[in-house]
Amino acid sequence: MISIETHNLTVSYNRRPVLWNIDFELPTGKIIGIIGPNGSGKTTLLKAIMGLVPTSSGYVKIFNQDLEDVRSRVSYVPQRESVDWDFPASVMDIVLMGRYKKNNLFKRITKADRDIAAEALEKVNMLEFSNRQISQLSGGQQQRVFIARSLAQGADLYIMDEPFVGVDAATEEAILNLLHDMKNQGKTVVVVHHDLQTAKDFFDWIVLLNTRMVAAGPKEEIFNKKLLQEAYGGKLNVLSQVGDLMKEKAFNVREK
Amino acid sequence: MEAFWIILVGSLIAVSCALLGSYLILRKMAMVGDAISHAVLPGIVIAYLLSGSRETLPMLVGAAALGVLTTVLIELFHKKSNLQMDASIGITFTWLFAIGIILISLFAGQVDLDQDCVLYGEIAYVPLDLWITESGYNMGPRTVWIASGLLLLLLLFIWRGYKGLFITTFNEEFAKALGIGVAFWHYALMGAVSLTTVISFESVGAILVVALLIVPPATAYLITTDLKKMLLLSSIFGILSAIGGYYLASLINGSIAGAIASVAGFLFLCVWVLELLRKKRVISI
Amino acid sequence: MNSTFQFLSFSDPNVLFVVLGTMLLGASAAIVGCFSFLRKRALVGDAIAHSILPGVCLAFMVSGSKNPLYLIIGAFITGWLSLLLIDGITRTTKLKSDTAIGIILSVFFGVGILLLTSIQHSGNASQAGLDKFLFGKAASLTKDDVYVFGTIAAILILVVILFYKEFKLISFNPDYAKVIGLPVRFLEFMLATITVLAVAVGIQAVGVVLMAALLITPASGARFWTDKLGVMILIATFFGAISGFLGSYISYVAPAMPTGPWIVMCLSLLTVGSIWFAPKTGMLARFRVQQDNQRKILIENVLKLFYHLGEKDGGFKKQRSIKVLLATRDLRMKELKRGLLLLKKENWLRKKGDHWVITESGLNEAKRVIKLHRLWEMYLNQRLKLEPDHVHNDAEAIEHIITPELERQLEKELNYPTKDPHQSTIPYVE
Repeated sequence: MISIETHNLTVSYNRRPVLWNIDFELPTGKIIGIIGPNGSGKTTLLKAIMGLVPTSSGYVKIFNQDLEDVRSRVSYVPQRESVDWDFPASVMDIVLMGRYKKNNLFKRITKADRDIAAEALEKVNMLEFSNRQISQLSGGQQQRVFIARSLAQGADLYIMDEPFVGVDAATEEAILNLLHDMKNQGKTVVVVHHDLQTAKDFFDWIVLLNTRMVAAGPKEEIFNKKLLQEAYGGKLNVLSQVGDLMKEKAFNVREK
Repeated sequence: MEAFWIILVGSLIAVSCALLGSYLILRKMAMVGDAISHAVLPGIVIAYLLSGSRETLPMLVGAAALGVLTTVLIELFHKKSNLQMDASIGITFTWLFAIGIILISLFAGQVDLDQDCVLYGEIAYVPLDLWITESGYNMGPRTVWIASGLLLLLLLFIWRGYKGLFITTFNEEFAKALGIGVAFWHYALMGAVSLTTVISFESVGAILVVALLIVPPATAYLITTDLKKMLLLSSIFGILSAIGGYYLASLINGSIAGAIASVAGFLFLCVWVLELLRKKRVISI
Repeated sequence: MNSTFQFLSFSDPNVLFVVLGTMLLGASAAIVGCFSFLRKRALVGDAIAHSILPGVCLAFMVSGSKNPLYLIIGAFITGWLSLLLIDGITRTTKLKSDTAIGIILSVFFGVGILLLTSIQHSGNASQAGLDKFLFGKAASLTKDDVYVFGTIAAILILVVILFYKEFKLISFNPDYAKVIGLPVRFLEFMLATITVLAVAVGIQAVGVVLMAALLITPASGARFWTDKLGVMILIATFFGAISGFLGSYISYVAPAMPTGPWIVMCLSLLTVGSIWFAPKTGMLARFRVQQDNQRKILIENVLKLFYHLGEKDGGFKKQRSIKVLLATRDLRMKELKRGLLLLKKENWLRKKGDHWVITESGLNEAKRVIKLHRLWEMYLNQRLKLEPDHVHNDAEAIEHIITPELERQLEKELNYPTKDPHQSTIPYVE
């Protein structure tokens, strides 16, 4: 079974490609890490998969279908820093967002929704904080709330952007345990991660990224000096020059 | 009785603005609200010229159209021409406001609007413009009815759209990932701001609309961490400003709109200073 | 026509004062505005403009006179106070800067209106004219005004010239300025001071609401013409001055027309014009670049047809009919004919009756494009490890953009390959 397939996926910013021809198929039921140096397009890749940024070529399939047809089976955890935590809301309010859907937006929140949200908070050990205001949370607690919100969606595929950044050791442990529980239930988790040291312990599968895809596969195959050097040894000279040229000459990666 | 009507209209508008403004400042769009409230001017003038009267409906249509045009122009300047956001806002609203003033001067004989009215309205005249039914029954000031209608509409919008506004304000990307149409909520809110602006325009003027949109919600935001409480508190601050403003204005014989903005600012100052003192005490303990 | 002549001859000295005054105001605000714009503080100027009104009213209430010097001092004080408060709110609360600007702008203005109306209602006869600060009084500028504006404009220009390098640095790279030990706080203080000054005088021409335009709009327009700060300031100054001139001209010819809004109208049109017509960054220039790209893509694609056909039947210089060419590639008839004509002009193709033949130089050009296509396929295959069946689409586009320099780098990096990933020959031109 394939969870995510990308086919010749190119994403450009100001016409300069930040992801070039990404081609991979990810398995289901695994914890998958997307690894690469800063500015290698990891977050952009997640956003492209979730349809949050326009693509200049190629396509993404999730469970062999278009995103629109499987939205309810996919859950997205954005970077913690991408929102304003001074927002006036309680932990419960945020987790309940995981129950929002396109077609229930005008309906009231039900008892069942609240139960599911409480259950999700329980899983991240945050149930006692459910009435706490989010502005009073620590970084690790904020991250747990985001993950609980995602759990409340009850999806099959979870896509997380840097969940381990700026969290305490206890939270890191808790998130890892959770990821393994999810895997044991047959769920797929895709995680963007920047720390090469821990990646080997965290993930089953690795995608090595640096603007282009360097390699993808089970971690045993990926963690060798040659591939890591390729990924972390800087950008491809000609590739980035062509990218600059495309920005300068306002040239598209497809002819039209 | 006169005082009652003025304070009532002031409060109704203050609450409408406070509710919308809460969302505006949380979306970091306070200055877009400012821009819209200035830029609806040409819409009002054009509606006036076309309909030949101060009827409410054409004005609403004209203002709503300009409100949306403002947001579209700002986005065009920003995204298509790579102009930075603050400059896009500044250029757009000054340009549209200038066009509005030019139109007023051009058709001075036909448009019963003057520049002062545009800036600070004439809430003192509210009790004079009565709504008398055909059977001759006095229904009270017309503006009271219009402002109440607006408030009801907004309450309905926020009550029904609470979830949509909440999620798109807190985390737009997550909302998009859920397949929620974020553009719809953006434009619905901008439309509501234009509507509120134009209805408030002739009674309180452009500047007071901005003050009521931004200051009471900002004051409430300083002391609460709950969106529902913020909506409630900012409404209360808005009403307090309206009441205080009326009496301040009669005390020194000045513009009521100006006084309402001053009182709103004074309330903000008090809350700000109290919060600073409280924080200091917490630290020193 | 007659009035135009009267205007330009300055036979009426009042006209001269108005024109000089508005041009000076427009120019000095534009100079200062460039720095506000670059430091992304465009709307702070708006807040200062609104905050000046209570200062003017208070100065009048205290001094009891309308002496422009007193009024400007009052304006200066509240203008500065507004900056401090905006800074204070953003530093000590969770409110963001745009909200802080909105609060200060609307409250200060509310206080100003309250004071102004209170003064007006108090029946003090000497107050008449204070409301000129609301909407500007460009049309009635006097000789004294021009002297005051001229002095202030001179001070502004002097300060900008003296601190030009330093201002430039804190606008583009404030952190670096701090690192190399520039007195950043002092420089920011100077910049803020000249901004408040420029606003305090500019407001008398266009009024509170439109003042923001005098600062931001010329800078925004000028930005499209250049990347150099010095040139940008000159262009912005020109925009500001010319708009002042045009604004006063319009209200002279049509006396019912207000000067301030027309100045802003001219500024806005100049800026929108810049957005459209500026070389390189303008919409039109970008559109033209797109068209050039499309043209290049078209002729190179048509040339490739001749090569592909030749590769198949061995006759690169055979005559080809339009029908055959159309069958080789998914191309619309109209497009193809346009491409053929363009190529004929370049002397890369010749027409023989109904048929077309490629010339020697055309063939070399075709080889170059084919070679780039296949080199890029190789590059994708080897460096990006793409499967051979995934490389073609990308190469279809990239072949048109690779420069001779990049071509040499590619050849070298791939070690002059002779076959592409599909085992087609990569043609080299001797």
